[in-house]
Amino acid sequence: MNDLRSLGAKLLLVGVVNALAVYGLVATYAVRDWGIFVVLLVATAAVDYVYFGRRTLATRYLLPGMLFLVVFQIYVVVYTAYAGFTNVGDGHNLTREQALSHILAVSEKRVPGSPPYRVQVLAGPDGRLHLLATDPRGTTTLDGEPVAGAPADHRVLQLRDLVSRQQEVLALRVPVEGGSIRTEDGSTGYIARPTLRYAGGQLTDATTGTVYRATERGFFESDDGRALTPGWREFVGFDNYVRAFSDERLRAPLLSVFAWTFAFALLSVLTTFLLGLVLALALNKEGLRGRGVYRSLLVLPYAVPSFLSALVWTGMLNQSFGFINQGLLGGADVPWLNDPTLAKVSVLLVNLWLGFPYMFLICTGALQAIPGEVVEAARIDGAGAWQLFRRVTLPLLLVSTGPLLVASFAFNFNNFTVIYFVTGGGPNVPEAPITLGSTDLLISMVYKVAFGGAGREWGFACAMSTIIFLIVAAISAASFRRTRALEETYA
Amino acid sequence: MTRWFRDFGWRHVVGFAALVFALFPLVFVISASLNPRGTLTASVRLFADASLDNYRALGDIPYTFWFVNTLWIAGATAVATVLLAASGAYAFSRFRFRGRRLGMLGLLLVQMFPQILAAVAIFLLMAQIKGALPGIGLGTQWGLVMVYLGGAMGVNIFLIKGFFDSIPRELDDAAKVDGASHARVFFTIILRLGAPVLAVIALLSFIATVNEFMIASIMLQDPERKTLAVGLYGLVSEQLSANWGAFSAGALLGALPSVLLFRFLQRYIVSGLLRGSVKG
Repeated sequence: MNDLRSLGAKLLLVGVVNALAVYGLVATYAVRDWGIFVVLLVATAAVDYVYFGRRTLATRYLLPGMLFLVVFQIYVVVYTAYAGFTNVGDGHNLTREQALSHILAVSEKRVPGSPPYRVQVLAGPDGRLHLLATDPRGTTTLDGEPVAGAPADHRVLQLRDLVSRQQEVLALRVPVEGGSIRTEDGSTGYIARPTLRYAGGQLTDATTGTVYRATERGFFESDDGRALTPGWREFVGFDNYVRAFSDERLRAPLLSVFAWTFAFALLSVLTTFLLGLVLALALNKEGLRGRGVYRSLLVLPYAVPSFLSALVWTGMLNQSFGFINQGLLGGADVPWLNDPTLAKVSVLLVNLWLGFPYMFLICTGALQAIPGEVVEAARIDGAGAWQLFRRVTLPLLLVSTGPLLVASFAFNFNNFTVIYFVTGGGPNVPEAPITLGSTDLLISMVYKVAFGGAGREWGFACAMSTIIFLIVAAISAASFRRTRALEETYA
Repeated sequence: MTRWFRDFGWRHVVGFAALVFALFPLVFVISASLNPRGTLTASVRLFADASLDNYRALGDIPYTFWFVNTLWIAGATAVATVLLAASGAYAFSRFRFRGRRLGMLGLLLVQMFPQILAAVAIFLLMAQIKGALPGIGLGTQWGLVMVYLGGAMGVNIFLIKGFFDSIPRELDDAAKVDGASHARVFFTIILRLGAPVLAVIALLSFIATVNEFMIASIMLQDPERKTLAVGLYGLVSEQLSANWGAFSAGALLGALPSVLLFRFLQRYIVSGLLRGSVKG
């Protein structure tokens, strides 16, 4: 009975997965996205094999999580490492073929002396756009075929539609002798012809005779160094890495970001751990009145989502209107977030506020886990309070909290939220060629390079991400080895 | 008196000082959220005035959308994360199969790479998916949840496996003798007895998702689809001073779910974390 029910549940679930997969396969086939198509196909086949095959018991429990892991963790990591060797980014998002057709389209100029057309843009029954053109002699054509007028099932686009579908309107072309008819405003048209000709792997400007050749930088470039945009994705080898360490203007700011990232992570762990430890030692005492109240109130900063607290601190630290300057310091004018050094102190302070309750919690927990006999034995042997702490409590505490401290270091190494929300990485370093601030961590720098404002340089950002990964992985691996966590896990 | 101070008094001094440090930003936000003038400057004087204007002002921005979005995105991520990680941990804890050791080592390696480092790749991947399957691509919340689930296995599985290992195998065997299938053992025995650690994973995953800004900000552009982190950051970064009252009100309400959940599960968190760290 139960077996029947669970078989039914399994059939239902796998059936739904298959149905969704078929829908996805049809949809990806429709747009010819073979990459996604193949992945979907393989994933579906794996699901069916694992859930209906024999001898796949363990995999049935691993597969769902693995599918997500493979796509959204492993694939993206591998892709990041790969993209670090390319120039992908603004102006380099297309394949070479796409870039070429774009360049040719943009290079179109009106053929001198060609007749003006009166045009209307029509939307067909399927929603696609068509061009109805009337030449000066009164001949009307629809997409090049002679017609008497607009077909009844076609709708003439009015100004509002013209504006909202501008890209499609601009892309309309009707080939005629000597070029193609196009329109820019939806009411007048002209014959246009590309000024660039593509032949033999190079572009030639028909009017000036300039030759543009495809270069390794992912551009068509002329001999005097003028490049046609857009470019395309191109494998650039170690250029991104070389640039990070050889560009004079980039090197100094980048090195200081490196140093600051380490300092920030290390100091954050140290300060939060120290404060947490002191509080745990002070408040973990039998018979202390209000112990529970202290504990539940002190962990509040940890319970509040940290992005909210970080924003609150931004407001409080504001130089002109903030609560700290105006309220607590009676109208002082301390540039908490605007002076390079003070800004660093400020983010550390905010991070201390955010992080100490966590350390307080785990230190308290670890303290309570230390067996009373050990402490008692040390006392009997004549250890003083300091000796007891230094020789017994602290070492035992570090054993149980050690891995968490390492994890905390790794977390703070990439603590994007605090930096981005409190200072935005600022104050800015004016001489740096990319937007860089003096409190920027590597990760917030990556975010700015990749998504901040002008000139998204994804290839460069991915190269930086790869470096961060190598650093964090090296640190974690070294510490994991020391904590014997591995042997315990595989026992 | 001095004896009392040496034993207890100084502890109260330390504790009180820490309380002041921990709580004054919260007091400030509460005061600012009640201040009807709603600017940063006006908020400097604590509790100068009190009204609910700022809370009403939240109706003028898509705050309710952000709040609901955050709750369901974080809730769905938390539940799915627990299910995926728990079933994975069950496999590693109860089955012996080829590639088991390698699989665990691989997971340990993979989880060292935080997803935010791959933000660019995630963006490009989701843009590609959007081209074929707009329902789960860039700009959708389902897509965002899927991205978050990529990190579900990672670190959680070790915490959960450690706990499952401590559930006696005799229980499984007894149930199997009575004719229960492995799926039944998983759902009725392991998941129930593992509830404490699963609650911790759910809470940590919920809080982490509520806090996540970077991927949410590149995934969600439509104002009504944003999460609280993305929405409120936009609100403050545009006009820090003028929007301060509304932000404070929104921040207080937004913090409530996390704080409440935390209150209920705090006990489990500490023991879960330390236990996980000791056992690996």
